[in-house]
Parts: sequence; C-alpha cells; structure tokens
Amino acid sequence: MTAESPVRPVTLTMAKKTTTVYDVTKHHLVPEHKKLSEKDTEELLKDYSITAKELPKILSSDPAIQHLDVKEGDIIKITRENPHSGNSLFYRRVTNG
Amino acid sequence: MAKDDTEETAEEPIVAVKADKKGTLQMPESAPKEVIPGLEGLETVKTEPAAKQDFSQIAFQQSIHKQVDSIVFGVLSPKFIKKMASAKIVTPELYDSEGYPVDGGLMDLRLGVIDPGLRCKTCGSRLKECIGHFGYIELARPIVHLKFIRVILTVLRGTCKECGRILIPKEKIAKSKELLDRIDKEEGLDSRRKAVHAIIEKLKTTAKCPHCNAKQEKIVIEKPTSFMEGERRLSPIEVRTRLEKVPDEDCEIFGLNTKSARPEWMILTVLAIPPVTMRPSITLETGERSEDDLTHKLGDVVRINQRLFENINAGAPEIIIEDLWDLLQYHVTTFFDNEVEQLPPARHRSGQPLKTLTERIKSKEGRIRHNLAGKRTNFCARTVISPDPRISINEVGVPKIMAMKLTIPEVVQPWNTEYLKKFIQRGPHIYPGANYVIRPDGRKKRITDETKEAAIEELQPGYVVERHLMDGDIAIFNRQPSLHRMSMMCHRVKVLPGRTLRLNPAVCAPYNADFDGDEMNLHIPQTEESRAEAEILMDVQTQIISPRYGLSIIGCIQDAISGNYLLTKNITKMPRHQAISLLISIGVTEFSRLPNKEEVSGNEVFATLLPEDFNFVGETKAHEPIVIKNGKITQGYMDEVTLGGEGSGFLLRNIHQRYGSQATIDILHKMFKLGAEVLMMTGFSSVISDTDLPQIAKEQVTTILDEAEAEVNALVASFNSGNIDAFPGRSRKETLELKILEVLNRTRNKAGAVVKENLNKSTDTAIMVASGARGNNLQLAQMAALVGQQALRGQRIHNGFRGRTLSCFKPGDLSPEAHGFIRSSFKKGLSPVEFFYGSITGRDSLMDTALRTPKSGYLYRRLANAMQDLKVEYDNTVRDATGKIVQFMYGEDGLDVSRTENGKIDVQRIIDTTE
Repeated sequence: MTAESPVRPVTLTMAKKTTTVYDVTKHHLVPEHKKLSEKDTEELLKDYSITAKELPKILSSDPAIQHLDVKEGDIIKITRENPHSGNSLFYRRVTNG
Repeated sequence: MAKDDTEETAEEPIVAVKADKKGTLQMPESAPKEVIPGLEGLETVKTEPAAKQDFSQIAFQQSIHKQVDSIVFGVLSPKFIKKMASAKIVTPELYDSEGYPVDGGLMDLRLGVIDPGLRCKTCGSRLKECIGHFGYIELARPIVHLKFIRVILTVLRGTCKECGRILIPKEKIAKSKELLDRIDKEEGLDSRRKAVHAIIEKLKTTAKCPHCNAKQEKIVIEKPTSFMEGERRLSPIEVRTRLEKVPDEDCEIFGLNTKSARPEWMILTVLAIPPVTMRPSITLETGERSEDDLTHKLGDVVRINQRLFENINAGAPEIIIEDLWDLLQYHVTTFFDNEVEQLPPARHRSGQPLKTLTERIKSKEGRIRHNLAGKRTNFCARTVISPDPRISINEVGVPKIMAMKLTIPEVVQPWNTEYLKKFIQRGPHIYPGANYVIRPDGRKKRITDETKEAAIEELQPGYVVERHLMDGDIAIFNRQPSLHRMSMMCHRVKVLPGRTLRLNPAVCAPYNADFDGDEMNLHIPQTEESRAEAEILMDVQTQIISPRYGLSIIGCIQDAISGNYLLTKNITKMPRHQAISLLISIGVTEFSRLPNKEEVSGNEVFATLLPEDFNFVGETKAHEPIVIKNGKITQGYMDEVTLGGEGSGFLLRNIHQRYGSQATIDILHKMFKLGAEVLMMTGFSSVISDTDLPQIAKEQVTTILDEAEAEVNALVASFNSGNIDAFPGRSRKETLELKILEVLNRTRNKAGAVVKENLNKSTDTAIMVASGARGNNLQLAQMAALVGQQALRGQRIHNGFRGRTLSCFKPGDLSPEAHGFIRSSFKKGLSPVEFFYGSITGRDSLMDTALRTPKSGYLYRRLANAMQDLKVEYDNTVRDATGKIVQFMYGEDGLDVSRTENGKIDVQRIIDTTE
C-alpha cells in the first residue's frame, strides 16, 4: 500500500450524443440530400426498371441525412453540382448497415 | 457453316440422354427419387423432362442462363460414392496378358476412355467427349481421411464418449444455437465460425458428460493419423462408431450441415477412385505403357486392401491385420497428400516422390497457379522490337524465321486448291510454305520433303493447310504492362528480313515502348471469328483517339514534328521539282494539288496531304493562330500541338472527326514520312555550339548568379544577427531555408529567361524545343547557363556529415554552394562537389521510381479488378454484373470521352461546320 492515492482528479464534460458539433449540410462540399416521396420512389424504380435492391446504399447514420428523419428503405435524392455538366441526380437507399 | 454448328450442339444432349437411361450418375431426373445427400442443390438445375425428345429445344435450353442459387460444400457419403461410381475396383492388376484393361482393375473401361478410337463402356462417347466416371473400392477396414483430422478431433473432443451427445447441458444447447444464428445474421459467416470455435474450445476440458454423467478423457492427435485417448489408441472403427452416435442437431453446433457432411463420413469405408481421364497413362516410344502417379498409388491401395481382406477372412493373427491396416492407412493418406509431416513420402523406383492429389493442386506448379491462373497460348511470338518508319502505322514487321513457324490454317476450297498446293509443294523450309495438313477427321500431318507429294495428292476441299504467315495476315501486338486497351492492338503482318519485330515509331506512345531493349509479344488469331473480332475491335485505326482524354494518342513524334515544323515555317520557297521528289519519296504521286509554280512553299507541300475540303482553326505551341481553309494553310505552321500524339494533336483530332480513322492513319503516315524526309533533305543535327551564349548573355548570367549569392549571403547574415522573422508555423531556420530556396529558384528562372532571350533560335536544338519535338526551355537553360539548385524532398540538400554536406565545408555553412546549388552549366561541366549533388538527387529519383512503380502498379491492378465488370447500360446508367446501379449517368455527364475533343464538345464549331 502506497501512501499516495494513484487516482488523479479528472474533469469530464458531458455532451449529448445528438448534438452535432457542426452542421455538415451547410458545408459547401456536401450536396443537397432530400427524401423521396412514395410516389416519386415508385416512379424512379419504374424509370430505371429496378427494385430498390439495385440502388446504391446510404447508412441511416450518415451525417448528411440526420436532419431528414429517415428509416430503412427510404430513398434519398442527392443533387450534386458539377462544374462541367450542371446538376446531376443520384439516388440512394437508406440501410442500417 | 451455321447449320453445322447447330447440329453439333444438338448432338451433345443426345449423348446425355443416353447416359440418363443407363441410370448412371450425371442425370438428376431419372435418378432414384431419394435426395442425394449434399447434392439437393442439383434439383434446381434440372432440365424439364418434357423437352427430352425435342433436340432443338434442348439446344435452346442449354443456352438458358441459370442463376446459381447456392453452392453446397460437403463430404461424400459412402452411399453417394457407390452411387456415383460406375465400377467397383477389386484387383490391382491393370492389364491382362494381351494388354487389354482388366475388368474391375484400375484402368477399367467403365472409368472412361484414354485411347483414341475406343468408346466408353459407361456413356458410349469417344475420347475427349467422355469426361470419365468414378469407381470405388470397398475398404476392408475404415481409414481416417487425412484432410479431415482436425474436424474429427474437435467432434471427438466435444462429444461424450458414451452417449455421443455434445458436452453442453441440454438446456443450454438451444441457447448456443440461438447465439450462433444471431451472430451469423448480424456479423456474417466469418464471425459465426469464430463463435463456433470459441464454444468448442471450452468443451474439450469438460470432465463429465452433462447428459449421461460418463467420465470424459483427453483426446490428442498422434501424428499423422492416429487418435489417442489417454494412453490408449483409438482405432478408426471406434472413432467411427463414436461419430455415428452424434445426433444431427448436435452436429449443427460444430458447424456441420448433416445433410451434406455427417462426421462419420470423414472416416472412409469406401474410397472413390478417380476416373482414368484424370490419370491417363502414356505410351512410351518403346511401346511400353507408363502409368500416372495416381494410378501407381491407387494400385498400392487396392493391393494392400485385397491382402487385408484375405487376411481377415483367413482369420490371421491380430498383429498381422493391424500391420496391414496401418499400411493401408499409409497408402490412402499418401494418395491424398504425399507431403505429410512425419510420413516418408511414397516414391517411384527412381526415388522421386509421387505427385498425388494435393500436390496436383497446391503451389506454383499446381493446377491453380500453373494451369488456371497462368494459362499459356500457342501461335505467339516474342522478341526485341525496333523502329521502322517505312512500314505503315498499322503494320508489324515480322522476321522471316518467325513467319515460318507461325501459321494460319486455311481451309481448302475448290477455288483455292491449286493455290494451297503450291504452299505444300514449297514445304516448311521455303518461304512461303506450309507446315501441316489437317484432314477432315482431325488428323494432323507434318509436311516434310518425303510426305509432300502424298499430301498434295490427297488434298481436296475440306482439308486444312497450315501455311506460313504472310503479308496482310492479322496479328495482335502487345507490350506489357497491358494497362489500357491500346496495349494490345491489331496489326497487319509484314514479313521482313532480320531478327526483330518492327513497329512504326508512331505507335510507341500507345504501347509506351522504346527501343532500348524492349520486347513485345505477337499473337496470331487462328479462326475467322477471332480475326474478324480483332480487326473490328482492336485495329490500330480504331485506337487513335484515346478514351482517356478524347485526343489522338497516336501522332507524329520527334523528327516527324521538327521536320514538318521546318517545312511549314522555315521553308518558304523550294523548286517545284524538289517538292515533287519530296512527295514521291513519301509515296504521293498525285501532284494536282501542288500549285503550278516554279517555286512552291513548304506550306503548299504539306497541304497536299490534307483533304481538299478540310477547314481548321487552331493555335500553335507559341499561341499563334493557325488557319486551314479548303485544304490550304492560310496562316501559321505545324508543330507538336497540331500533329503530336499523347494529349495533343488537335489537327489530327479534327481530321479524324471529319474523315474517319482510316483516312487519319493514311494522312498521319504520310505526314510522318514527310517530316523525316524533309530533315533528310535539309539536314538536321544537334551540336554543342547550339547552346553557345553570346558574351553579353554569359556576363548577364554571371551577374545574376553573383547577385543571387550576395542575396543569400545577406539572408544568412540577417539570420545570424536575428533579423529574420519566422513565417507562421515555421521556425526561423525553416523560414531562412524557404527564403534561400525562393531566391535560388528565381535565379534559375532569370537565367532561363536570359537564355531564352539570347540563344540563337535558328539552331536545330532550338527548333526541336520550339516545335515541341524534344526538350524544353528549362533543359536548354541547364545546358547553356546553369543547372540550378538540387532539391531533396523539396528542400536543399542537408544530408552528409554533421552540420555540413561535405567535409570541404565549414560546419554550419549555409551558402548555396554548400547545399546543392550547381552554378555550372552542363556544357561548362560540373565541379566534383556539384557532380556529387547531382548524383544525390539522381539516386534519389531513381530509388523513387523503382519503389513507386510496383506500388502504383498494384494500386492500378486493384482498381481494374474492382471495376472490371462495370458497364454502361442502354439507359446511361453504370451497373455492375449483378445489375446494381453504380452511377445514374456515366461520369455524371453521360459523355463518352473518346467522342469528345479533350473532354469537351465544341457546339459552336458543330453549328459552324454544318451548313
């Protein structure tokens, strides 16, 4: 037994998990993410004659869609700005990983 | 032709149906109703029985894509081995006294055909059609399968020796299963395997069975194939009875699917005998037969097995039986793997170890790395390459000796019989001759001086003559590393004397070839289909425009550029007759486009190569305008930007756009020759005096250098007196270094400007730089004025002794000359210290390239493999092989770069050029 206690005082700051430090949607490199309505989803799948399985995926925990209130299976529409070809669209299906 | 093909494909299923009726293995539908263990999956691949009679339907069905639903890996059960076998092997003898295979021997005719002319006793098909059939032997005593030792051990350790239940209390079994299923679902199979392992690891120390309270003992492997329980050896019979007792539901926890892999099947009671087709015997020149290693090994197995049977039946003493049993175990083990530790490998009489099953598959010479991953091809050639600007861009020069070895099969027709007979007449040693004649039945005959006459005699339509390679034949030319599609292109053969493969220097760029000893490969397609495919998809013409940047990758290089630059810029007047002889030398005989004047300009000579209605507006390297109107150069001159390859060559791009690839190749070839011919006419030499500076310029350079040195000294002085403020984020020392580097680089640029200003622009060296054929202004400055600061990792050289680069400097010397500044020019020559600095950076960049090449090569390989099945579909989406979307619009803009000009489409010009 040593006379001195090995425990040193440590200060902890508690932060809520939901608080985002920085709103990534405001960043100029983050393109616009939008949730697709049911009707639009149907149309999209019909246009490309695919099932949702064939779409690229996006994690439901992706910082860029935290403000959207999404659930698994939703389709996210991403509008990317391209200096050469203007806007281009991209779609992703939300998964839980 | 096409009709023949369909008939042929329809024939195969007939054979298959026959086999079905005989009730052998391959046919799922007429097989007994019961599900074959482990092969339930086969049911999904069944063809509809209704289609059995309709052959066309069968042919159609064969082309139907089947989606693989699942693959089952399992262990063959004894029952299944017997079911799939078409012969029971009972005797080690191979052939009877007449040399005929013995029934029930290892070369039994029911196991497949390996002799030409014979028919398979099982399926009725001939050599090469019959893939062979398995046989089996009934083993007199069970034998441990070497490759399953570890699984057997874990099952033995994890189950009770009395009741066979898994050593987990009843109530916890369900829980364990649940846990495994959950892990499987959440983390995948790999994690499940780990979890299984973790559970089983705990079981082996269990002392008492939770089901029947029997005491458990420790089991260890005695290498290679024995199990020891405490002091006692477990015989394979005992092991097998224990494994039999393990219930199906307990096997599940061990990770075994009992439908396809019961643990007791890992102890062999019957041994499957591989078909003869995978162990063919070879007939030696003496007429003797030499058997495959596997056959030898199987012979041992069968022989010992028979002896064991006999001894058991005769009631021989236990010791003899035990010995034979161990011997049988040894033979079966080495049959599977002849490189087992602690077992002497089975050997030939010569002492060379036998190559058995595992050795066939494993390692570099094994099936996978040697035969599957490393396939080799015939009708190909490889040698050193050399340039030949006189052959066309889409030709390849093939040495005559090569052309006499590489052949093209030509089918004899009524109209070419006489033509082909002449080839046979000349034979294999006179070019152009022929090496082989193939009869319609597939027999191949070598043409020799003796067989010549007979071959000509019997030649008739339907025969095939393998004639020597000739001019105009199609070949695929390739240089490794084949990083892009232009690394393999289709060329026309041009048979030439000499011993190297020749290529037009204009195609060096796509192959990334030079002639410092590079070798290249040549492939000769052997069928009409492959030749057509090569011509349409891989021709040099089709590859002019690179899909990487949408500009020509094939273009003029070196002399061709400087020649045309001289012609169009400097030669304003030349006698008409000289122009004509110039044009004739490049193969142009049409002079109506050449103005009918006593003297013509170089521009007019060059313009005769352009199409008459060609219009072009562009810029030169020096940003001067070029205008071509109706096939005449009205302003400007030609240089690298208009004629070159590799990301320039705008003129070529426009010609390609309007007149197509064939015209571009023709024009390019003429331009190339013209450039070279012009240089031959005028003479062109790079001389040391080309980089001579006038006295004033020399003095200017010296002043600039002295000033720089003074400036650096001033910087060092103010650093030492503490007058330099550090840049943000840098120390004072670093700041000083940055400032010095900036001064020295500025010095070199200043000197470069002086050189550019004062160097004679009419020298041939300067012309090469100005036309873009070779070299740049920086290199000129290095030759004429100074080499400049040598940088190591973006900094001045600091390596060497402590505090100094070389021992001839004082420690702490910060002057330019002590840290890699070379103030001499290459022409003047470097001092020893300067030369040493140059060597430092030279070695560094050498090491850098040597280390970077394999790294970037591997990176590229991974990218290429990851993206190889991506494809642009008709709806413009990019999808992978499973149909998953990767991009919704190819490249986000849907542009095919190879159809653009440098990635852009000039809409204005399209409007301007379409009336």
